[in-house]
Amino acid sequence: MVLGSVPLKYKVTIDRARCMECGRCVENCPYGTFRWEGDQITVHSRNCTACHRCIAMCPRDAISLEERPVDYRSHPLWTAEAREAIFNQARTGRVILAGMGNAQPLPSIFDRLLLDACQVTNPSIDPLREPMELRTYIGKKPRKLEFSRTEAGDVELETTLAPNLMLETPIMIGHMSYGAISLNAQLALARAVHQTGTFMGTGEGGMHPDLYPYQDRLIVQVASGRFGVGIDYLERGAAVEIKIGQGAKPGIGGHLPGEKVCADVSCTRMIPLGSDAISPAPHHDIYSIEDLAQLVHSLKEATEWKKPVFVKIAAVHNAAAIAAGIARSGADAVVVDGFRGGTGAAPKVFRDHVGIPIEAAVSAVDAKLRDQGVRNEISVIASGGIRNAADVTKAIALGADAIYIGTAALVAMGCRVCGNCYRGLCPWGIATQRPDLVARLDPEKEAVHVANLIKAWTMEVSELMGAAGINAIESLRGNRDRLRGYMLDEGMLEVLDVMPAGA
Amino acid sequence: MCGIISVVDRSGAVMDGARIKDALAMMNERGSGEGAGYAVYGAYPEYADCYALHVFFDNIIETKSSLDTLLETWGEIVHEEEIPTYEQPHLKKVHTPWRYFFRPDPSLMTGTPSPEEDIVTYLVMKVNTAVPGALIYSSGKNIGVFKAAGWPEEVADFYRIQDYEGYIWLAHNRYPTNTRGWWGGAHPFNLLDWSVIHNGEITSYGTNRRYIESFGYKCTMFTDTEVVAYLVDLLARRHGLDKTLAVRALAPPFWDEIDRMPPREEHLYRALRLTYGPAMMNGPFAIVVANRDGIVGFTDRIKLRPLVAAEEGDRLYISSEEAAIRRMAPDLDRVWMPGAGEPVIGRVR
Ligand code: SF4
Ligand code: SF4
Repeated sequence: MVLGSVPLKYKVTIDRARCMECGRCVENCPYGTFRWEGDQITVHSRNCTACHRCIAMCPRDAISLEERPVDYRSHPLWTAEAREAIFNQARTGRVILAGMGNAQPLPSIFDRLLLDACQVTNPSIDPLREPMELRTYIGKKPRKLEFSRTEAGDVELETTLAPNLMLETPIMIGHMSYGAISLNAQLALARAVHQTGTFMGTGEGGMHPDLYPYQDRLIVQVASGRFGVGIDYLERGAAVEIKIGQGAKPGIGGHLPGEKVCADVSCTRMIPLGSDAISPAPHHDIYSIEDLAQLVHSLKEATEWKKPVFVKIAAVHNAAAIAAGIARSGADAVVVDGFRGGTGAAPKVFRDHVGIPIEAAVSAVDAKLRDQGVRNEISVIASGGIRNAADVTKAIALGADAIYIGTAALVAMGCRVCGNCYRGLCPWGIATQRPDLVARLDPEKEAVHVANLIKAWTMEVSELMGAAGINAIESLRGNRDRLRGYMLDEGMLEVLDVMPAGA
Repeated sequence: MCGIISVVDRSGAVMDGARIKDALAMMNERGSGEGAGYAVYGAYPEYADCYALHVFFDNIIETKSSLDTLLETWGEIVHEEEIPTYEQPHLKKVHTPWRYFFRPDPSLMTGTPSPEEDIVTYLVMKVNTAVPGALIYSSGKNIGVFKAAGWPEEVADFYRIQDYEGYIWLAHNRYPTNTRGWWGGAHPFNLLDWSVIHNGEITSYGTNRRYIESFGYKCTMFTDTEVVAYLVDLLARRHGLDKTLAVRALAPPFWDEIDRMPPREEHLYRALRLTYGPAMMNGPFAIVVANRDGIVGFTDRIKLRPLVAAEEGDRLYISSEEAAIRRMAPDLDRVWMPGAGEPVIGRVR
């Protein structure tokens, strides 16, 4: 098979009448889509990833991009993607890698859930006039409080509270490691969470010293590769998260290619320069739930029981039962990552076919924990494909305490969801370690964008709560009565414990 | 809408039901003639040590024997009778109200510090979910709930409410929205010692119901008010919170206020909100909750429904409207508007 036999994915054209030949497109595209040939710019559409960097940078709006300029003979089963995947694998004999979240055209459950608002019988609450409380505590809560009375007759609280993280908004930023994303990207995120009173994850990549000033807003991750893990790292974090799995690729580990392991990344991860960083599929000290409980305890012991310990799992079929097991392990929060969760690189077959939607998983987890009377033992954090304030509100109404965003925060910094993160050439300076590309991302400016996003969503969540006559997020949590399903089948409605629209 | 009124005599002196009927009827603007009810504490002094189970039967023939058997399995029926009713022109008697004076056998329920109460709770939940055609709507000792679909005067005359006496009265005039005006949906709601009257809508119902159901309660009456009775039972009886703290758990101070409290108090309220967050009630409401020791009235945290309190000698009144209180007691010592979420408590000495 010759190279030219696969049709173009994207076709890029320059409107020569508008182009002023400034050359910005040539400079900006790390994939070599544009080239100077003599005094003419030529376009090599085959290199394009639709990252839009050139389009954003062109001062004359001269560039246009078209997806799939060449039609295949249409066939409902043998789609263009299906055929191209075969061409690709027939040539290479390899697993296909892909970035970002599940790209199958499956309907989103969030889009088929509708929120409620008050009319007549109860007043809606105007968040501009009345207090609206989104403050969220993540961690173990007692099932019941114990009191005693002092001699003077005052009530004295006997129960000691476990450490909790206090969030001013239920929106957190999930784990994206230094290595997977650039230091500038991490810095921007860290500043944003610092400004908005929330938290972010470090990912499995250690904590770079430049992030130390924000450490009280960072959740440090302990994953199967144990990269960057040491007592100093654990002590710096506000909380510790054990990563068992990830929604984009449940059941498999991670792989950071050696090319991305520059000097800085190698120091932060504590691995040799240029070596591949491979996280094994399971933790080699966790082969069962009791092993997890041991790790939870060791981490708590190491941090003197001062920090909440989270456990993150991919939303798999049995997520509810696994979460109930985690609740008994002593962990303070369980993160459930749905099948739409993003990633730098995942085998396409996993990304598109393994795991279940976060909406169903979080509903099942919340219900199971309540059934077993352990809901207060543990907080539930939902993640994977949360795109806007409505998704946040719906996830909480389905039973989440808080949510993690990942892709949305990257998009706020310029990411165009091109899905080529694994190539390490991100033109926006996000998923790359190439210094010239990283320098494109100004942490100061992008922190403002990410903080704006969190603030805007938080405001929208409070508006939605107010319209529903609710002024504290506790009363939204698990309040599935305020959701209705539209075009969802009976089985799904039952899983979600939501009534159909009109009922 | 809905109108509520409640009175407690803190010396324990009894009052008959004539005046509260008039007071409730004062608030007919707030009702729609589809539900009214009364609860009286001290109703059955002759059976004070028995649980008075009030039951609506759809018909006596089919369902009563199965309930009799169930009760006899769990204890002793000391006395039973049809609750006397008197025909009213506009009130259609769709149920037969019955009362049992029941003594549970504590040896049948093990592993609990309150076997009798747990048996009664179990029976209420069981009958209301699994015995079609029977609904236990009142289950306390020396307490009687009398309710039906109709205007307050009709319901009062239907039961001859003036013939009952008690030291605490609760009354409710209903304007139904959530559920049709069926008898079970009328207030007061009662479980064991707890009775509730409520004006409003609980927007957090979905959260509250799922929370309370994880403690074994079952919401069976298709209305948001019963959840209040169960929440209070959980907090005050099972978790042992005193009345003020229980109310503060249901309608807690805002975080801003908690942050400004002195350390000890701040610590207490933070723990209360963290632990009982799912019990917090949201939405517009004014509620009065009673047990044998007294009454407590409170509103939602921003007081979206009216509540007024008044005192006259030993009597403390809580109502939606001052006019209704003045109908019962024209010369009040004191009348005041409680702040949002702030409990008004009347304790029997
Ligand atoms: S950036 Fe736009 S104007 Fe500049 S050379 Fe490229 S196409 Fe032409
Ligand atoms: S982070 Fe960069 S490479 Fe990855 S999808 Fe976004 S724009 Fe593309």
